[in-house]
Amino acid sequence: MTVFFITTSLLKIIGMIFVVILPMVSYAVYAERRVSALIQDRVGPNRVGPAGLFQPIADAAKFLFKEDFTPAQVNKFYYWLAPCLAMVPAITTIAVVPFGSTLLGVPMVIADINVGILYVFAIASLGVYGIVLAGWASNSKYPFLGGVRSSSQMISYELSLGLAVIPVFLLVGNLRLTNVVRYQIENGWMIAPFIGDWANLGKWLLAIPMIISFFVFTIAVFAETNRLPFDLPEAEQELAGGYHTEYSSMKFALFFLGEYAAMITGSAIIVTLFFGGWHLPLPSWHGGFHWLVVDGTAPGWRGVVGGLFNIATFFAKVAALLFLFMWVRWTLPRFRYDQLMRLGWLFFFEIALVNIFIVAGILAFIR
Amino acid sequence: MAIIVPRPKLNWRERLYLPAIAAGMMITIKHLKNTIFGRTKVTMQYPEEKWDNSLPEHYRGAPALVRDTDDRVRCVACQLCEFICPPRAIKIIPGEIPSTDRFAKVEKYPEEFDIDMVRCIFCGMCEEVCPEQAIFLRKDYAITGFTREEMVHHKDKLLEIGGVMHGVVLKWNEKK
Repeated sequence: MTVFFITTSLLKIIGMIFVVILPMVSYAVYAERRVSALIQDRVGPNRVGPAGLFQPIADAAKFLFKEDFTPAQVNKFYYWLAPCLAMVPAITTIAVVPFGSTLLGVPMVIADINVGILYVFAIASLGVYGIVLAGWASNSKYPFLGGVRSSSQMISYELSLGLAVIPVFLLVGNLRLTNVVRYQIENGWMIAPFIGDWANLGKWLLAIPMIISFFVFTIAVFAETNRLPFDLPEAEQELAGGYHTEYSSMKFALFFLGEYAAMITGSAIIVTLFFGGWHLPLPSWHGGFHWLVVDGTAPGWRGVVGGLFNIATFFAKVAALLFLFMWVRWTLPRFRYDQLMRLGWLFFFEIALVNIFIVAGILAFIR
Repeated sequence: MAIIVPRPKLNWRERLYLPAIAAGMMITIKHLKNTIFGRTKVTMQYPEEKWDNSLPEHYRGAPALVRDTDDRVRCVACQLCEFICPPRAIKIIPGEIPSTDRFAKVEKYPEEFDIDMVRCIFCGMCEEVCPEQAIFLRKDYAITGFTREEMVHHKDKLLEIGGVMHGVVLKWNEKK
């Protein structure tokens, strides 16, 4: 049993990182460039391979062959540590996210631990160290400002991030992310619990605070991953690139990949918490209309197809959210620093806090 | 003197920002949709699509030497173009035409005629100054090479680009 567990876990980890996350990161960069181009009435990268699809490979080769320059004035140890710290938390967080039901009886989650979301917050907030250390170790004015901004921004938005998910767990009563998905399969997705149960007034009522919670959480994720309109730590125009100004070659690429990996992880968590994870209800007419739950429990090839379908559903949802990230990035301008702080402390924090009480009130009313 | 910038008074809908954000998002998605469905004009995809057929008549591309209808290189090696050339891209070594030749009275011909295309600025002064109408700016614009030596157009290359020019100057034709 233990040998089987270790083997499958290793396979899942390797598959997740090398088959899913890293290619997804590189193609997210490509997609970002293509989407930005299309939004700005341009074509975007279309030279390398068919429709520019080999562009990420060319980019990676370029990054590997560039000179890895270390400025003389930096603190060497922390300068080397920072890019790793930017990349590692982003990838580590994905471990607790259930990215599929089961495949051949193996649950499609790397670590199904009972502290789920707490683990996510604990690791995700380590991401700030990469940026702060990069800013500080560079021993240069602009990276330092970027690092300082980043730490204050992340701390401010972590509060609303944490408070925004409490309503979800008030409903589920459990921090384990597989249970969150299980609850959503039984009771409808968090964002729209009334689907398929149209007459239930309580669920309509619950949808309102859930949508608010989703908005606050998503915006906090934007701030956590330093995406526009909250990309103050790397504001190109005022900070000349911010915390990664002094970095070159693969170390710079690690910051870049870390940002996109954090985006993917953030999207995966949003999907798990609010959009039913790997669950996609299919309408079925066998013995009257009902929603069919496809998962990997069916025997034989049907189970395998079901499991693969769940995984595909999950990553399709993640991709849709990634598109939202890009869409927002190429629409909205950057906030001013005081506006950012005001928004975090005076609006989102309060909204998330009040939201918890609303959900608690509704739950006391309907349960 | 201080200038007081009046701040516009925003109503609650504008202060909420959300309608403005939604409107902005709709604008960008409209642009994305139009570009995907080819309703927006985008840049010409250069190596695949070319502008060659719509180049205007006065287009100034690479300079070239021409032959006349008697297969004679029109250039008489007067070196006016070499003199006028602002970046000094032209180098001519004149040679003498032997007295037995049909065109002996022309006296000189360019033994070597080099144009350094790294230096050439496509100004067209050589074409303008040439008394023999022997040098023209053609429509070739993609002048490339891996070394500086490759970028020098020698006489053969210049004649190859130029080809044969009909009419205009006929003064060396003894029948006229």
